[in-house]
Amino acid sequence: MTGLAVIRPGPFSLLQDAGRLGWQHLGVSPAGPLDIQAAAWANRLLDNPRGTPLVEIALGGMELESALDTWVALCGAELDIRLDGAPRPNWSRFALRAGQRLSLGFARSGQRAYLAVAGGFRAAPVLGSVATQEREGLGGLHGDGRPLCAGDFLPCVPVVLPGAASVPWRFVPDYRAEPCLRVMLGGDAGDFSVADRQRFFARPWRLSPQSDRMGTRLSGEPLRAPARQWSLGVTAGAIQVPPDGQPIVLMADRQTMGGYPILGWVHPLDLGLLAQCPAHREVRFERVKLGGMQEDIREFYRFFGR
Amino acid sequence: MRLEPAGPEALLLVLADQPDAGLPLRIAALADLIQLELGPLVVDLVPGWTTLLLHYDLLRTDHLQLSRRLLPLLEDWCVQAQPSRSGHLHEIPVWYAGEDLAEVARACALSEAELIALHSGVEYRVGAIGFAPGFAYLGELDARLSLPRRRTPRTRVPGGSLAIAERQTAIYPQTSPGGWHLIGRCPWRLFDAQAEPPCALAVGDRVRFLAIDEAAFRAEGGAP
Repeated sequence: MTGLAVIRPGPFSLLQDAGRLGWQHLGVSPAGPLDIQAAAWANRLLDNPRGTPLVEIALGGMELESALDTWVALCGAELDIRLDGAPRPNWSRFALRAGQRLSLGFARSGQRAYLAVAGGFRAAPVLGSVATQEREGLGGLHGDGRPLCAGDFLPCVPVVLPGAASVPWRFVPDYRAEPCLRVMLGGDAGDFSVADRQRFFARPWRLSPQSDRMGTRLSGEPLRAPARQWSLGVTAGAIQVPPDGQPIVLMADRQTMGGYPILGWVHPLDLGLLAQCPAHREVRFERVKLGGMQEDIREFYRFFGR
Repeated sequence: MRLEPAGPEALLLVLADQPDAGLPLRIAALADLIQLELGPLVVDLVPGWTTLLLHYDLLRTDHLQLSRRLLPLLEDWCVQAQPSRSGHLHEIPVWYAGEDLAEVARACALSEAELIALHSGVEYRVGAIGFAPGFAYLGELDARLSLPRRRTPRTRVPGGSLAIAERQTAIYPQTSPGGWHLIGRCPWRLFDAQAEPPCALAVGDRVRFLAIDEAAFRAEGGAP
């Protein structure tokens, strides 16, 4: 099969799809893109169903050479996009010809860029998904969880599309802004003091450099965490508060179970904004209700596909 | 018993205040029942020690509708006696030669032989599977072997390590970070994504450890 050759992989580039769903009862993390909105737009620009395999590029710095004529789309982190040296727009699709080189500079704002190709990248699924889970050694191009490296070849098929297309500007987020993330309280929230619950929303939290695809660690004046409980299943966006009182927001590569008390959940459509924040950025939280959150997610699924 | 939202796309079924020996098998039976009755609405069902987390398809249902459909199932489940099946029994070979064996024996004021006899002398129950693919939490460890987790977790625990912490024991299926005390090594591969099923152990299953020596460990395919 033809495809794109990886000349330079960048610091951490991963094949992802909608995630490895349905295996959490065996402890298998769902993985998938950190920023589901940027990833969904990249696929949509190419008329791909949501969850079609694409590449999540952390920080940029990737270079690829095409062995075919096809179309690609880039969304997410703002970075310099060049095709044989000529600039191409972000949040857009454009044609790629055999022999052309696509080079991405390093991200100026945002942390993750998504590169989708018409028809999607092809790889053998592991437990029904090609999503790369490095910690668990599952998925990715070779099935073993390895990030992309120089010399890898990303298989895809030639596709002809009628012309350029871009995401309407009003849907393009500004990753430079300090985000205010929507949160629903729940879980063990009632075991935190009223003052701590208020403080969580009133104060800014700083993103710790120890954050990764598993969890975004926040630092600030510590909360008083209630006692540890029996381990139970956890979901994306859960705000865990370990004994040191510094919250951790569970992200795409989260574990399936946890024992730390949970204060609530970040809106799933805001997790991408969190993933796009650089270390030390301040973030704030605002309280929303479950019903509104569910309506937003339904709208997202209806627009982009389940 | 109560049902509560666990984020916008999951419902947590809190089934007991404290775990007990019979609960894992009953929770596994409940998960099977829910899968059977509500199949297309269910994305995943994750048993915990005292809970069952139901990840659902928000385009097909929500927590209110699900709660209504779950309540009669839960009422039936509550009055059911212990499930007739007793949980599959696994006999797992272990070479008791973990890095922390001597230290654990000292901390528990036992000889290594006593520690091994205590650990391998009882039948365990899979209470939950999580933390990592195929990582089965086994209970209940003899109180005489109960130690808190290590103060500083190891960044690398070799795959196949048999470990203990508090009243639980487990085998790390693959190399990963970990904070439990390592007392032995299992030559078997307990999680294989290509196998069907990928994980040999299921919640509610029973486990017995068979002490083997280094020669048997190698013969079973264990890497030195």
